[in-house]
Amino acid sequence: MSFLLRRSGLKGRAAAMLIAGMLLVLPLFLQPSSNPVSKVLSVSAAYAEQAADAKVEGKEGEKDGKPKFMAAPKLKEGDYPYFKTNILGLEVTPRILAWLIAQLHLWFAAFVLAVPIFVLLIEAIGIVTKNDKYDDMAHEFIKVSMTAFSITSITGGVLAMVLFNYYPDFMKYLMSIFGDTMIIYAMLFFGESGCLYIYYYGWDRMRYGTSKWVHLSLGMLLNAFGMTILFISNAWTTFMMAPSGVDGMGAFTGNIWEAIRGPLWNPINLHRFIANIAYGGSIVGAYAAYKFLAAQSKEERAHYDWMGYTSNFIAIAGLLPLPFAGYWLTAEMYAYSQQVGITLMGGLFAWLFIVQAVLIGSLFLAANYYLWCGMGRSEKPNPYFKYVKYIAFAVVVSFLVWFTPHTLIMTAKEAKIIGSHHPVVGVLGVMSAKNTAVNILIIATYLSFMLYRRGDRVPTVGWAKTGDMLQAGLLTAACINILWLGIYGYLIPANVRIGLSIPQVFTTLLFIILSVIIDGKMYKGAKAGSVIEWGKMPARSQYALFLLAVSFTWLMGLMGFCRSGIRQHWHVYTVMRDNSPDAFTPTLPYAASVVSVGTVIFMALVIFIFWLAQFSAKKQKHEAHGH
Amino acid sequence: MGNFTKIIIFSILIVLAYPLYVKFGIPKLNPSPPPVEAEIGANMTMDQFIALGKKIFDEKGTCTLCHNSLGRAPMLNNQHSVALDRLKDPRYKGGAKTAEEYLHESMIKTSAFVVAGFGVKGSNDTQSPMPDVSTGAIGLNPAEIDAVIAYMMTKDGGKTTLTVPTAVPAAGAEEKKPAAPAKTGAEVVKKYGCGGCHVIAGEAGALGPDLSKIGSKGKDYLRQAVVDPDAVVAKGFDKGMMPTDYKDKMTAGELEMLVDLMAKSK
Repeated sequence: MSFLLRRSGLKGRAAAMLIAGMLLVLPLFLQPSSNPVSKVLSVSAAYAEQAADAKVEGKEGEKDGKPKFMAAPKLKEGDYPYFKTNILGLEVTPRILAWLIAQLHLWFAAFVLAVPIFVLLIEAIGIVTKNDKYDDMAHEFIKVSMTAFSITSITGGVLAMVLFNYYPDFMKYLMSIFGDTMIIYAMLFFGESGCLYIYYYGWDRMRYGTSKWVHLSLGMLLNAFGMTILFISNAWTTFMMAPSGVDGMGAFTGNIWEAIRGPLWNPINLHRFIANIAYGGSIVGAYAAYKFLAAQSKEERAHYDWMGYTSNFIAIAGLLPLPFAGYWLTAEMYAYSQQVGITLMGGLFAWLFIVQAVLIGSLFLAANYYLWCGMGRSEKPNPYFKYVKYIAFAVVVSFLVWFTPHTLIMTAKEAKIIGSHHPVVGVLGVMSAKNTAVNILIIATYLSFMLYRRGDRVPTVGWAKTGDMLQAGLLTAACINILWLGIYGYLIPANVRIGLSIPQVFTTLLFIILSVIIDGKMYKGAKAGSVIEWGKMPARSQYALFLLAVSFTWLMGLMGFCRSGIRQHWHVYTVMRDNSPDAFTPTLPYAASVVSVGTVIFMALVIFIFWLAQFSAKKQKHEAHGH
Repeated sequence: MGNFTKIIIFSILIVLAYPLYVKFGIPKLNPSPPPVEAEIGANMTMDQFIALGKKIFDEKGTCTLCHNSLGRAPMLNNQHSVALDRLKDPRYKGGAKTAEEYLHESMIKTSAFVVAGFGVKGSNDTQSPMPDVSTGAIGLNPAEIDAVIAYMMTKDGGKTTLTVPTAVPAAGAEEKKPAAPAKTGAEVVKKYGCGGCHVIAGEAGALGPDLSKIGSKGKDYLRQAVVDPDAVVAKGFDKGMMPTDYKDKMTAGELEMLVDLMAKSK
C-alpha cells in the first residue's frame, strides 16, 4: 500500500484523506449499541417514554409489539456533555465549537465541490476550441483546490467527532434514520477522492486524443460523486429544518426516501449548487488576484489577469440566478410553516436580511467595478465606457433601496414623533421596492458584462444597428415592466403583492436570455475592433476580487447561521427539542462575531493553500557541496 | 508595504467592517430564551392565571407573531362575545357549545372556523394556516391553553368561565436545578435509592426482586424494566410497586450506567 502511494505521489494527501475518512466512519462503530446503525429502540430513558406512547398495535415500523424505530428523545440538560472555556476573549462551548468547525467544513466543501464543475466546463471549452490555454487554466484551478480537499475531509472528520461527543443522543437519533445514508456518504467520499486523484495527476498523461475524452469522463464522474455527496448531506440538514418521514413524535415511519425528500431538500440542493459555483469562482479569483499582484513578468501578469477575469465571470454567472433560488427556498420554508416563514422574514431574523442585502450589494458592486476596470484592457478606448456612469448610478441606487430597512433605528422619542416607519424612506423597506431593486441590479450587472464583451469587437452583420435598437427597446421595456410591477405592488394587498415577484423575475430572465441570443447572433464572425491586452489592469481592480472572496465567505457564514438558527431551540424542528445549555438563539452581533472568527480562520487556511500551490511549483536548484 | 501585507490588511478590514455594521447599524434584538412549561402554583389566583395566559400569548405561544396589526392573522379583540357569534355562523364546522369550548377548539382544530380572508390560499377560507398549538413547535400543555383562553375571554371586559387548575408540576421547575449527574453505576444506585428495595451493588433491599444475578436478561430488558417497570413484572411481585418516573429523573447517561451495572451482575 505504502509503495503504491509512494509510486503515485499520493502519500501525504491520500493518507490525510484516508485518516479523515476513517474518522468520519469510526463513530458509527463506537456507539454503545451492538448494532452501530441500529434502528431498534435503545439507550435513553427519554426514548422509552415516547416508545411507550408509540406502542399502537399494528402500526408500521413495529416488530413483536415493540416499536422498530425510536421516537425522538426528550433530552435533559444533563444529557449533554458540556464545557465552557475562554480562548482569546471568545467564550467557547460545544455549540461554538460545532458551529465553527461545521462552518469551516462547509466553506471548504463548497469550494471543492464547485471547482470540479467549472474545471470540467473549461476543459470542455478547451477541447472544443482546441486551445491549450483553457486546458492549462483548468489544470491550475484544480491544483488550487487539491489541498482544500484534504482540509475538507479533515474538518468533516473533526465535525463528526465533535457532534458525536457533545450531542450523542441527537446524533444517535439522526443515525437511527439516516445511518445507512451516512455509510453511503462515506463510501462516495472514497469514490470522489479516487476520481479526483486520477483526474488531477492524470491530467498531462491524458491530455490529447481518446485519452482526453476518458479524462473528461472522469471529471464528470468526479462531479457526479461530489453532487451526490452534497445532496445526501443536504437531506440531513433539511430534515432538521423541516422533518419528513417521521410521525409527530419523531419516530421514523420506515421509508428513507420520505425522510430525504422533505419540502426543503430540492430548494437547498439548487441553492447550494448555484452558490457553490459563485463561491468557488470568487475564491479562485482571489488566488488569481494574489498571483497577479505578485507576478514578476508580463506573461505571468497576463495569465493571471485572464484567470481572474474568468473567475469573476464564473462568480457573476453564479451570483445572478442566486437570488431567485433564494426566493424559492424562502417560499418553501414559508409554505412548510407560516411560523418559520414569519420568524425568518418578518420576525427575529428579518434584520439579518438587511445585512445580507448589504453584503450582496457589496458583491455586485465589486463584480461590476472589476468589469469596468476591465474595459481599460482594450488597446483602443471602449466605445461603451460612456454608459458606465449610468450603470453605476443604477447599481448604487438599487443597492441603497435594497438595504433600506422597513423599520428604522430610532430612539423612543424619535419613534413617537415620526412612527416606526420613516415617512419617506420607509416605503422603500417593503418587498415591492426590494424586488424591483434586485432585478434592476441584476440587469445592470449583466449590462456591465455585455458592454465589456462588446468593447473590442465590431459586428459585421448588416442588421447590427437594428439589433442594437432591438436590445435597447427590450431593455427599456424590461425596466418599465419591472418598475411598474414594483409600483403596482403598493396599490394591492400584501398577500397579492408577493405574487408580483414572479413576473418581475421572469422579465429579468427573459431580457437576459433574449439579449444573449441577439448579441450572440450579432457578434458571430465579428471583426476585432481592438486588441485586448491581458495584464493591463490597475492593481486596485484586484482588490475587488479580494472583496468578492472575503465578502462571499462572510455572507455564507451569516446565511449558514440563518439556516441553522431558524430552528431556534430545536435540534429537529417540532420533533426533537434542544435542551442543552446552548439552546438559546444568539443575537445577531453574537452570530456576526462567530462568523468573523470563522472567516479569519478560513482565510488563514486559504492563504496557506495558495502558498502551498506556489511552494510546490518551485524547484530547488542543485548546488555543489563540499567546497 | 508588500502586496501580501496589503492584501492581509484589506481582508481583515473587510472582515471587521461587517460585524461592526451589525453591532452599530442594526437594532439590538434579544431573542427570547427557549420557552419552558409554565409553572401553575397551587395557590394561584384567577388574576395570576390570566396574567400567565397573557405571558404565554406573547411569548411561548408566539401568538403575536401573526395576530398583530400587520394583518397576517385576525386581531383577537372581544373574543368573549365574538366566540358566541361564531357558533351561530353557518360556516362554523366545529362541535363547541360555549365560548370557552370555541376558543379551545380554535387553537386545536384550527380549521373549524376560518375568518374570511385569512384561509390558506386556494382553500376558499376552509383551511386555516394556523398550527395546532398543542403540538409541534409551540406545544402548549392543557393548562397553558386554558390560561390563554382565560386571558382571551377577559382581556376586553368579558368574564372567564374557567377555574384555576390545581397545581400542575412544571417540567421547567425540576430542570432548573438538576442534581449533578452520577458518574458510575454505583452512584446511580445510591442517588436513586435502588438499594432500598432491591439487592444491588452491595445493598440489600427486600421489597423488590433480587437484582444480583439479573445480568442474563439482556440490556434491552433491563432498560425497559427501569423506564417502564410495569411492562414486564417479575413473578411474585405486583404491578405498580416500582415508581414509574425514573425515565423523567434519570439522564440518558445515568440509565446506561445503571443498565451496564445490572448487565454485569451475573
